[in-house]
Parts: sequence; structure tokens; C-alpha cells
Amino acid sequence: MANVYENLPAGEVAKPQTKVIWRTFWILFVVTSLEFLLAFTMPAGTLRTLIFVLMTLVKAFYIVAEFMHLKHEVKGLVYAILVPTIFVIWLIGAMFIEGGSIYDLIHNF
Amino acid sequence: MAHSATVSTPSKTGTWFGGKEPFNASYGKLMMWYFLLSDAFSFSGLLIAYAVLRFKEIGYYNSEFAKQFGSIKEAGAKFVASDAYWPIPEKIFDAFPFFHGQHLPLVFVGLMTFILIMSSVTMVLAVEAGHRRDRADVEKWMLWTILGGITFLGCQAWEWTHFIMGTDQGAVRSVWMNGEWVQKTIHGANLTMNEYGPAPFAFCFFTITGFHGFHVLSGVFINLVIFYNTALGIYDRPGRNYEMVEKVGLYWHFVDLVWVFVFTFFYLV
Repeated sequence: MANVYENLPAGEVAKPQTKVIWRTFWILFVVTSLEFLLAFTMPAGTLRTLIFVLMTLVKAFYIVAEFMHLKHEVKGLVYAILVPTIFVIWLIGAMFIEGGSIYDLIHNF
Repeated sequence: MAHSATVSTPSKTGTWFGGKEPFNASYGKLMMWYFLLSDAFSFSGLLIAYAVLRFKEIGYYNSEFAKQFGSIKEAGAKFVASDAYWPIPEKIFDAFPFFHGQHLPLVFVGLMTFILIMSSVTMVLAVEAGHRRDRADVEKWMLWTILGGITFLGCQAWEWTHFIMGTDQGAVRSVWMNGEWVQKTIHGANLTMNEYGPAPFAFCFFTITGFHGFHVLSGVFINLVIFYNTALGIYDRPGRNYEMVEKVGLYWHFVDLVWVFVFTFFYLV
């Protein structure tokens, strides 16, 4: 990525290239608005929780890939970030289930 | 990184013969990514603890109180806070500054999310301006980002204050006083008990949003320092570039990313 900073002639300022940035913003805005809509119209339950988690992962993907530029980095760096994160997300999901199991043990036995 | 050829012996090239940056990323940027990964593990630890604490309690809709109503919708409408079940977050977080007494569920936290995402957008615009070595634009967008961060912190401070102060009616809890359990009406919340639900509800709220708010605060400070450096023209000098803006941009986006997760798991689930 360092080469991005070395190609401009001194003194010149290029035009802003912000289309992708604003497009990503609108995607995040729409997904968040949908989340709010679901929060108020859909009855609470496992399905709704699952949809929320999926939408959060979609937003996370756009923030990491576009805002943090990870999509345009070398594949090795992408995997170095993604693979541990996927394991941790699995761990969070597993602990949600674990919490449910503790609930069962406390209340149903 | 320039690879200067030696005069006497031909230099070897290839991945493992030196002079190459791992992953084509500079040292600072790679280390920032590694730090963010470790910080993600810290937040994950907190969220995992929250997951276990949250789901070992009865959710409101499964409680005895809620089961007496005919439908989920009715149970939601007749919600009452109690320490017997985990509350519905949107019934607790329904206040908005200057609109005292009005029930605006999740509106304020939605505003906070919007402010933080906007500040992330302005941060990435600052990074883009840095690519073009447009110092004026970098300063402008970084100022907007800092403003967004300070506004978010102000909002969070209001949210905490309102949460700690509590409602006028409060709730009855058993308190250990002078060697016996006494029924007392408590208002608001602290780390050991709260009027909204079981004790972990407030404890998790303070710990998780507090840890996140601490990251926002440090991010604002770091952004201020880099803004100051930019305004001094340090990155405009020959041989320097605006990569530092990109690196602190990574940190700021991480803060936004964590908020997206915290917001979903605490306010929506």
C-alpha cells in the first residue's frame, strides 16, 4: 500500500475519488434502517435474532473491506485478519448457546 | 521500499531475501492490524461473557408474567421491568434528550449509531484526501471526524446519566441492611443492582459500553494528535506521506465496527 503515496508529482492535487465511499455509506445506512424496521415490526424470537446477527455481519464486512481497505490488501493479510475473527465469531455463537444451556440447567432441572 | 543493488556482489531477490515488506504493508500498518485483532479478542471476551450472563436469565417473553398474555405483541405492550427476567431493551432505552416523558424506543441509540457511522465516513474521506496529498481536505475531514467522536461521547454520557438516575417510580428490591433483607425502592442503576432487570443487565451495560466509550475517547485524542501533525504540515514534507492518517483511520473504523456489534447484541437481541 505504500506505493499509493509515491506516484503523484509534487504540488499537484488529484480529484477526489469518493464514489465507493459514499456507496458503502448508503449500504450501511439502508441495512441499519432495515434492522430498526425489523426491531419494531417483527416479533422477538430466534429467527429475528439470527437476522440481526446476519445483518451485523454484512455491515461488518462492508466496514472492514471498504472503509478499512482490507478487500484491496494482499490475500495473506486478509486471511490473517479474517480466519481468527471467524473462529471468534463462532465462539460468540457457541457461548450464546452455552448461556441457553446454563439457563436450562438452572430452571429446568 | 527501494532495494538498492550492491556494487560488488549481485543481490538475490525473491520473497525471503530481505528488503520486502510482509503482506506489502508497512510496519506501522501491519502492527495496527495486529493490535486491532487483539482488541477484537478483548471485546469478544466481554461479549461472550454478556452472552452467557444474558441467556442464563429468563427472557421477558418466556417469563411467567409475559405468558399470561394472549400474544407476543400484547406481552410487549404490557411490559413491566422486574429482576425476575431480562428486560426488553427497547422498553428501557426509550428516552431522548429534551423529550422528557416521551417514549421513543431506540431512537437515541439509532442517532448515536448514525453519528458514529458518519464519523467513519468522514475518516475514510480524510484517508482518501491523504492519498491525494490534499492537506486542506485531510484537515477538514479529520475535524469532522473528531467532532463526530466528541458528539458520540456526549450522547453516551447523556445515556449513562439517564440510565443511572432512573425513572421516577423506581422498583422494589431486597437490600441487605443492618443484618437483614429489607424491601427498598431503588431508582436507576449501579454495578450491583438496577431498577430495570437483573443485576447483570446494568453491569454489562456499563462494562461493555464503558469499554467501548473508552476506546472512542482514546480515538478522539489520537485523531486530535494526527490532526495537529497534519496542520503543522509534517506529512507534507518531502519523503513523508499521509499513511499515519490511514493507520489511525483503521483504529477509528475498528471503534465503529465494535459499536455495530455492541448495538446489535445489547440493544436489539
